[in-house]
Amino acid sequence: MTEPEERPSLKDPSLKDPSLGDLDARLKAARRRQAEASGETRKPGAAVGSSGMGVGFRLAIEMVTGIVVGVVVGLLLDRWLGTMPLFLVVFFLLGSAAGFLNVYRAASGQGYAVGYRKQDGRDGGSGDKDGAKRDGVASDGEGTGSGA
Amino acid sequence: MAQTAEQTVGEGTAAASELTEIEHAEQAHGPLEQFEIKALTGAEGDQLQFYHFTNSSLFMVIGLALVAGILLLGMRRGHLVPTRLQSVAEISYEFIANMIRDNVGHEGRKYFPFIFTLFMFVFAGNMLGMLPYSFTYTSHIVVTFAMAAVVFIGVTAIGFAKHGLHFFSFFLPAGVPVFLAPLLIPIEVLSYFTRPVSLALRLFANMTAGHTMLKVFAGFIAPLGIVGGIVPLALVAGLTGLELIIAFLQAYVFTILSCVYLNDALHLH
Repeated sequence: MTEPEERPSLKDPSLKDPSLGDLDARLKAARRRQAEASGETRKPGAAVGSSGMGVGFRLAIEMVTGIVVGVVVGLLLDRWLGTMPLFLVVFFLLGSAAGFLNVYRAASGQGYAVGYRKQDGRDGGSGDKDGAKRDGVASDGEGTGSGA
Repeated sequence: MAQTAEQTVGEGTAAASELTEIEHAEQAHGPLEQFEIKALTGAEGDQLQFYHFTNSSLFMVIGLALVAGILLLGMRRGHLVPTRLQSVAEISYEFIANMIRDNVGHEGRKYFPFIFTLFMFVFAGNMLGMLPYSFTYTSHIVVTFAMAAVVFIGVTAIGFAKHGLHFFSFFLPAGVPVFLAPLLIPIEVLSYFTRPVSLALRLFANMTAGHTMLKVFAGFIAPLGIVGGIVPLALVAGLTGLELIIAFLQAYVFTILSCVYLNDALHLH
């Protein structure tokens, strides 16, 4: 790097003067303003794939992986236990349910997968108020969702 | 009778080999050629061995060298007013540090090195892939799934180490009717196991689809000539910009999902 030498270095003792504190305060104020301005985009769900194609792609992948994982688990269990169609059918259905669950969670902004609850309550306790509020939104999805 | 059967079989295999030859010839210039793994050193015959240094390995090394070089050079002298390279290093550090603070909280600090490495490696791979004639190592599901598996196994191990058998409450919903538990627990467990698959698949599919699309549209330019080729050329220019966004976005998604999973393992409820 060919940098101009007059750039102040952190090791320079002459810089430990009050103007540094001033700069620090101004930096903090600027950061706060910026955070307030773009407060909405800080949420992980909002920034990720805000374009329509991105959302569609994400949901499709969630759906597909649910079924794929279910089928693979079912096939492996069947091969191991020698019960050919049984576990394949059961785990295909369960995998589809898991896929739908993942899609539902991704689409309704409840985070990505099992542990979505962290997005709205950092303490994460299964508070009654929280649960009651969500029960109003979608009852059956919520029932599975609170397993997070 | 037997002779004719033999003859038809022979003809069949001949036709099959011809077909594969044609397929090979087509593939050599097809849009998927860019994803081919080629051994760069010590290739004996066509068979790839695990110790061969491939184009994928080469670009991984380039990516690592690039990241390490930028960070080491950027932080060599700590300027108060950062130089350009130092800004890059500081911005990437702050970006990941903020991501961990927002998504994992204070306990996530000690996992910063891993998350940071993960992001920089994926990001370098995605961005290197945007250079012409380069190889995108994140476009192979082996690579992405290996990373996703490391994240998944590591996060699960952290969860068990921190919470012990209480970790299983992750799959047992609180406040759900008991008769639903036999149905819900398998679904939740399967849903948990889809995490590494969807993590790997998302990055792989985005990179592969994007690069294939670029190649396909670029392939239209020459056959359509000077006048007609302008349309696909403009499309390719636009798509390149989109691919640059996706390259960043997918690295971001991969990392932030790892953070979310880590957060789940650290803060059970």
